[in-house]
Amino acid sequence: MSLIKEIDFGTPIRVAEQQVTLTIDGESVTVPAGTSVMAAAMSLGTRIPKLCATDSLEPFGSCRLCLVEIEGRRGTPASCTTPAEEGMVVRTQTDRVRGLRKGVMELYISDHPLDCLTCSANGDCELQDMAGAVGLREVRYGYDGANHVVPGAALAEANPLFLGKDASNPYFTYDPSKCIVCNRCVRACEEVQGTFALTISGRGFDSRVSAGGTDFLGSECVSCGACVQACPTATLMEKSVIELGQPEHSKVTTCAYCGVGCSFKAEMQGDRVVRMVPYKDGKANEGHSCVKGRFAWGYATHEDRITKPMIRERITDPWREVSWEEAIDYAAAEFRRIQAAYGKDSVGAITSSRCTNEEVFLVQKLVRAAFRNNNVDTCARVCHSPTGYGLKTTLGTSAGTQDFKSVAKADVILVIGANPTDGHPVFASRMKKRLRQGARLIVADPRRIDLVKTPHVAADHHLQLKPGTNVALINAIAHVVVTEGLVAEDYVRERCDLADFEVWARFIADERNSPEATEEFTGVPAAEVRGAARLFAGGGNGAIYYGLGVTEHSQGSTTVMAMANLAMATGNIGRDGVGVNPLRGQNNVQGSCDMGSFPHEFSGYRHVSDDATRQVFELMWGVPLDVEPGLRIPNMLDEAVGGTFKGLYVQGEDIAQSDPNTKHVTAGLAAMECVVIQDLFLNETAKYAHVFLPGSSFLEKDGTFTNAERRINRVRQVMAPLAGKSEWQVTIDLARALGYEMGYTHPSQIMDEIARLTPTFAGVSYDKLERLGSVQWPCNDKAPTGTPLMHVDRFVRGKGRFMITEFVPTEERAGPRFPLLLTTGRILSQYNVGAQTRRTMNNVWHEEDVLEIHPFDAENRGIRTGDLVALASRSGDISLRAEVSERVQPGVVYTTFHHAVTGANVITTDFSDWATNCPEYKVTAVEVRRTNHYSPWQERNREEDVSLRRIAGRLADAAE
Amino acid sequence: MGGYAPWNADVAQQLVARLSGLEGAMLPVLHALQEEFGYIDSAAVPLIADALNVSRAEVHGAITFYDDFREGPPPARIIKLCRAEACQALGCESLVAELARSRGIVVDQHGAADLVVETVYCLGNCALGPAALVGDQLIGRLDAPRLMALCDGAAPARVQELPPGAAGRAAP
Repeated sequence: MSLIKEIDFGTPIRVAEQQVTLTIDGESVTVPAGTSVMAAAMSLGTRIPKLCATDSLEPFGSCRLCLVEIEGRRGTPASCTTPAEEGMVVRTQTDRVRGLRKGVMELYISDHPLDCLTCSANGDCELQDMAGAVGLREVRYGYDGANHVVPGAALAEANPLFLGKDASNPYFTYDPSKCIVCNRCVRACEEVQGTFALTISGRGFDSRVSAGGTDFLGSECVSCGACVQACPTATLMEKSVIELGQPEHSKVTTCAYCGVGCSFKAEMQGDRVVRMVPYKDGKANEGHSCVKGRFAWGYATHEDRITKPMIRERITDPWREVSWEEAIDYAAAEFRRIQAAYGKDSVGAITSSRCTNEEVFLVQKLVRAAFRNNNVDTCARVCHSPTGYGLKTTLGTSAGTQDFKSVAKADVILVIGANPTDGHPVFASRMKKRLRQGARLIVADPRRIDLVKTPHVAADHHLQLKPGTNVALINAIAHVVVTEGLVAEDYVRERCDLADFEVWARFIADERNSPEATEEFTGVPAAEVRGAARLFAGGGNGAIYYGLGVTEHSQGSTTVMAMANLAMATGNIGRDGVGVNPLRGQNNVQGSCDMGSFPHEFSGYRHVSDDATRQVFELMWGVPLDVEPGLRIPNMLDEAVGGTFKGLYVQGEDIAQSDPNTKHVTAGLAAMECVVIQDLFLNETAKYAHVFLPGSSFLEKDGTFTNAERRINRVRQVMAPLAGKSEWQVTIDLARALGYEMGYTHPSQIMDEIARLTPTFAGVSYDKLERLGSVQWPCNDKAPTGTPLMHVDRFVRGKGRFMITEFVPTEERAGPRFPLLLTTGRILSQYNVGAQTRRTMNNVWHEEDVLEIHPFDAENRGIRTGDLVALASRSGDISLRAEVSERVQPGVVYTTFHHAVTGANVITTDFSDWATNCPEYKVTAVEVRRTNHYSPWQERNREEDVSLRRIAGRLADAAE
Repeated sequence: MGGYAPWNADVAQQLVARLSGLEGAMLPVLHALQEEFGYIDSAAVPLIADALNVSRAEVHGAITFYDDFREGPPPARIIKLCRAEACQALGCESLVAELARSRGIVVDQHGAADLVVETVYCLGNCALGPAALVGDQLIGRLDAPRLMALCDGAAPARVQELPPGAAGRAAP
């Protein structure tokens, strides 16, 4: 194994129809028009020396190292800023340019420390490489004059130009003495990340990279790491590299955080991760990253990791560490006992969207083939199940229509119920890039998310609707489209079911769906809605991006269908730059749904009652399968409370923190006789467990994740599983103990079985993934290399189907007792239940959940920022700190649920989507008042953090 | 110098709002703030960033790029002394030495003193160097007596009228 090094072409690779042919050092090369001379040379393998150029950034032309001579041109133009032209004759190595380069390098080095041997960039320093490349042998200028290198203490008088290291960011340092002011970091922050947190302060010799006159931690920096990656010296450097030194080998793998599914190089020393570096050839992220994937991986080796199997008879007993055999035999015996006593349907499993496709497939197979029921569900139930239902009904597939790259062709972007800069930051950077190029933006969100106004990006319309009124708002937009004659008639006539369209058009044109009529519900001024609708329908390629703010409602499925209606009516599905795009929360939520994790569906979204499909599975698996759909997660919990559901196998999920109405969840768990947890940590759910099977982090896994654009990416093991077994092996062992054999020796064999059983995956194999890097399903004979865009010439279901989307308000309403509406969301630095990110230094950005409340509501209640406030709903109450903020509108409060001690889901209710039971996290009627104590639930939870987590033979400590 | 209004966030907000619609509003906004308050208070940075929809870092970059934008209240008097090539040829460096010798003034040193002598590179007055600028008054043929007179607070217009080499002191 060696360190993977991507080729740096120096300037971006251009896409152009026209090709130009030029001669470089006597060799002929043909490149797309617009390509720089530097990149053209690199495509021949000719490295022109450079410092300020890298191919993730537009050419800048400041370092003067890449000078070349071009026949017929005066002087020595910079090859990075000079486009290749037909017939050009370029010489990259002449005495003249060699002399110039050496002179330039000499000047650079005259103001750069010569501590290369002890420098953290030693072994990975472009400045050092360039000194070598130009043959620098002496520096005649010395350090006697003004410099940025020698600390004041080493001189007779203070050196006002010397600045010390800024180590305020937890993951990287800024050492100004090593800086050559090439601007790569500043440009990366602007062009790649789109945050503009860095600048050059001063001018001339005083020029310094600056985070805006403050330290990095206190600045606008979001710690995405793009600047660190762009830096050619040790100026911006990962602290892990400073501590450990340079990595010696690397493997490409896939991030285990959000549904963007970024590809990373895990750069290693032995089995120790030195750093995670975004991979340029990764199609989801194309070399970009966010603070979570880039830096927040330390949880994998956190001391809280449980690496030994444990069992206990009662949840009040201390855990007992046992062998794998004993733990698995105990779990199997319990499941068999429970099924014998309470019936076949009294047990089930929950698969995890954080685990690989292969691991998920095995757990659902275990349920169907070993438990012999269909009681398997997945956490997509509580996030994007309405996406599956709504898009399948209208378009024919349970997935987004585009690849991420498509946003670069969008002209009008409608973001609804999503907060991309916090939740899907790497995709948000792509989106912001397109917006800076001039695409228009409509944001529909109860809260003023960053995207509404962030440097160089501003929404044309912020439709600040009241929580729970998405359907009314989308209907109103569609009403304007239909009544103002903005329907893409040719498109609808050619591609959609016309009878359905006509019924829908009559429905939507009704006055009750007009912006003026719906304003009463949404609170959005009718004129604003009309403006947004005209912009969306008439502004070119219209792309809809949405998140959990759409799905997690009583009408989640209705909203998804309403968006599909709108996209079809405006002709915005089936090509680049358009589409209905779910931004999926978890790294493998798409995959876990694809793998047949739902109680009513086999892999590839085929109903369990479909005889033909079921027979294929029965033949392959050698057992008869249940024809009846099984229980969904909320049903399992209801039946547990009711006493008929007794055993649960939970794969890498923390329902006691993540699912709504925590008290109901824990009551259900406490009523079960055997709860098996497979996880990294003793999470909240594990407090109610009887068997703990240690899981493995993504760094310990071989397998695949499928991201929000249906892209199947490889996950590659870079360290051995800390617990000694891979998760898929544990599932096999459990199945065997239950009497069902699964004979896999490698995850690739599991994928082979998935391919044989699932038409949309028929062409997928590890071999193909190795060759192509990734594929987007459907991947089969018709599309052997996958399908970036869906519904290109026709909809998957045939004709696009317009659905009636009547607005039925939720029963959860603000009233005298609970006058405010709570809506929940995410923050950049933390991820979901926080089990991982809370065990990293990301806590410096967000160490507790806070309640955002509008100044108007705060003043009425005498609440100031920092006050402890009680937040109560009819489900329960918690206390947390308030932050007075105009991001929320009057009448609406907002919080996150990243911290288990806060318990935000104690507040949320049992209401859920009518079609899929996706919980209504986004609307809860609440009251807020000042308090001086934590709630009884929080006090008890803190006690149970200790009492329900004891491990025999270990000192009691709060593991979570 | 002097006569600046004390920093006031509301006034600053109004100034920024009035100019933020201009194309390339950054420099007009910065000039307006400096003209009003004598400097650009750090509290103005987020106001400007918000109004122009740029980052605070970008505002900081623009302010620090230009020597003439100040981040703190200005001293009572500023003499800008040209030290570019033409003025060097006509002896401006000896004036720098003279300042240090007779007045203890170190050029470009900003301390508590109410008089600061700053370096500038070229006032476009090369034919009449050494040159200096006080307020908006350009002074040519600068010599030690004239410079000392300026240091003592003489009105620039009067200093310009002094005959070269005059030993006498200008009336303030």
